[in-house]
Amino acid sequence: MSEVHSGSVRIDGVQVLLGEGARRFEALNQVSLSVQAGEFVCLLGPSGCGKSTLLGLLAGHLKPSQGRVTVDNEAINGPAPDRGLVFQQHTLFPWKTVLDNVTFGLKMKGLAKAERNRLALDLLAQVGLRGFEQAYPSQLSGGMQQRVEIARVLINQPRLLLMDEPFGALDAQTRLSMQSLLLEVWSRIRTTVVFVTHDIDEALFLADRVVVMSARPGRIVEQLTVPFARPRRLDITTDPAFVALKRQCLQVLHPAEGIELPESEQLIAAG
Amino acid sequence: MTSSALTVAVRFGTQRVFKRLSLRTVRQGGAILCCLLLWQWGTAVNLDLGFLNLAYIPGPMEVLEAGKALLASPKLGAHVSNSLTRIFFGFAAASVLGVALGLLIGRLRWAEEVLLPPLELVRPIPAVAWIPLAILMFPSSEVSMVFITFIGALFPILLNTIHGVAGIDQRLVASARSLGCRGWTLFVEVILPGAAPSIVTGLAIGMGTCWFCLVSAEMISGQFGIGYYTWESYTIQEYSGIVVGMLVIGLFGMLSSVLVRWLGERCMPWLRVQRGGK
Repeated sequence: MSEVHSGSVRIDGVQVLLGEGARRFEALNQVSLSVQAGEFVCLLGPSGCGKSTLLGLLAGHLKPSQGRVTVDNEAINGPAPDRGLVFQQHTLFPWKTVLDNVTFGLKMKGLAKAERNRLALDLLAQVGLRGFEQAYPSQLSGGMQQRVEIARVLINQPRLLLMDEPFGALDAQTRLSMQSLLLEVWSRIRTTVVFVTHDIDEALFLADRVVVMSARPGRIVEQLTVPFARPRRLDITTDPAFVALKRQCLQVLHPAEGIELPESEQLIAAG
Repeated sequence: MTSSALTVAVRFGTQRVFKRLSLRTVRQGGAILCCLLLWQWGTAVNLDLGFLNLAYIPGPMEVLEAGKALLASPKLGAHVSNSLTRIFFGFAAASVLGVALGLLIGRLRWAEEVLLPPLELVRPIPAVAWIPLAILMFPSSEVSMVFITFIGALFPILLNTIHGVAGIDQRLVASARSLGCRGWTLFVEVILPGAAPSIVTGLAIGMGTCWFCLVSAEMISGQFGIGYYTWESYTIQEYSGIVVGMLVIGLFGMLSSVLVRWLGERCMPWLRVQRGGK
């Protein structure tokens, strides 16, 4: 896969209102953020802090009520394959085999079948799923389904990889191995990643920078640079510097913890 | 659990299944036998309860004889093929239109606003109530019978398609759009397969109502057909033919519904996989 050097993001003074009539509320308030091309950014925060809403903006499923969102200085106009979105679970097409799920984006681009199968098999091997091409999603474990999900998005060589708690539904063990797998794949493609999570360990292990958000209304309260060298191994999570950063995150998050809005983050609700 | 213990447990389980199965079969078969005996008894003693009179009703043996006669008769083929042809055309038209309209109505707001109100107005009218109007509208009685079966099958197919489209996980649509899927391709790649299980249910129900409506239509304006045969048996006082006709209708109705479900499952291999386990 070729190196992708574009994928810089600018978010300027964005406000997002969600819901209808009396239930309308401010999901994001005066959010500004820029992400460099090739950077791995984690959005960390409690549920209801608008982190998924922010991802929905970047994906093009939502529009800001105020402010501007650009990728490589171009305004976002609806969803597009160069901004790939990975959900938490169950968004593979259940009626397509693993291979047909992964090749879907290329089929939409009009690539010939032989060519798209070749690319997909290569990518499936990279995420450790060789031999499962003809399986249906329902035959795979949760972790394997997420690997297919990631392969399905990466095959489009996105400038921007948007991940909405992609490992949130997995058990702890699978979660750790998926985090390592993601870093390994990312080290080869180096696309920009915006990764939403409420798991501090996950955010610190994966990201170059952690953006901490708080709820009601959703806004950015802190940004932490994560200095650890790459490739990272799981044992950095017990490193004193890691623990110190984790403590810092906890301190920022703590006042917001008691506040939980109802499921306000469903980014497709308004899309 | 050790492997031998597991084997024992599995074998024990299978035995229990067999035992239960045979008991089931005995009960089910016994129930059907009881009904037949009750029928035989009622017709043999010319049961007359005042509000219910079985004096003119043929018994099982007479029906069997009439059935054999119909099987030997050259008319059987004409009756069956006429009915099947009408079912085929009525059902095919209802399937194409019902699924197409259902996909549009389920997915596009303007289609819902424009197409659904007139359809909702017509829906409560039973297909059989269309018969007089159909005879007036269509010069050919063949077309009017096909029209009645069409009306009968249309609404179950339409409503189940709309329901199936409404039930599609919106995240699947969002994912498809994120992957570059647009316009009509979205219908083919996501909406249609997503709604498919519900559509197949609608088709199977529609096939049932098709037969129901066809028989009524044939009784009134047919010259050949199983429904016509049933009604003719009444008018010429060959009463055992009535029951034969009823049984043939039931048999073909059931077979065609089974065929629809079977074809549906062939088109949805991903559901077979789920049911069959890993």
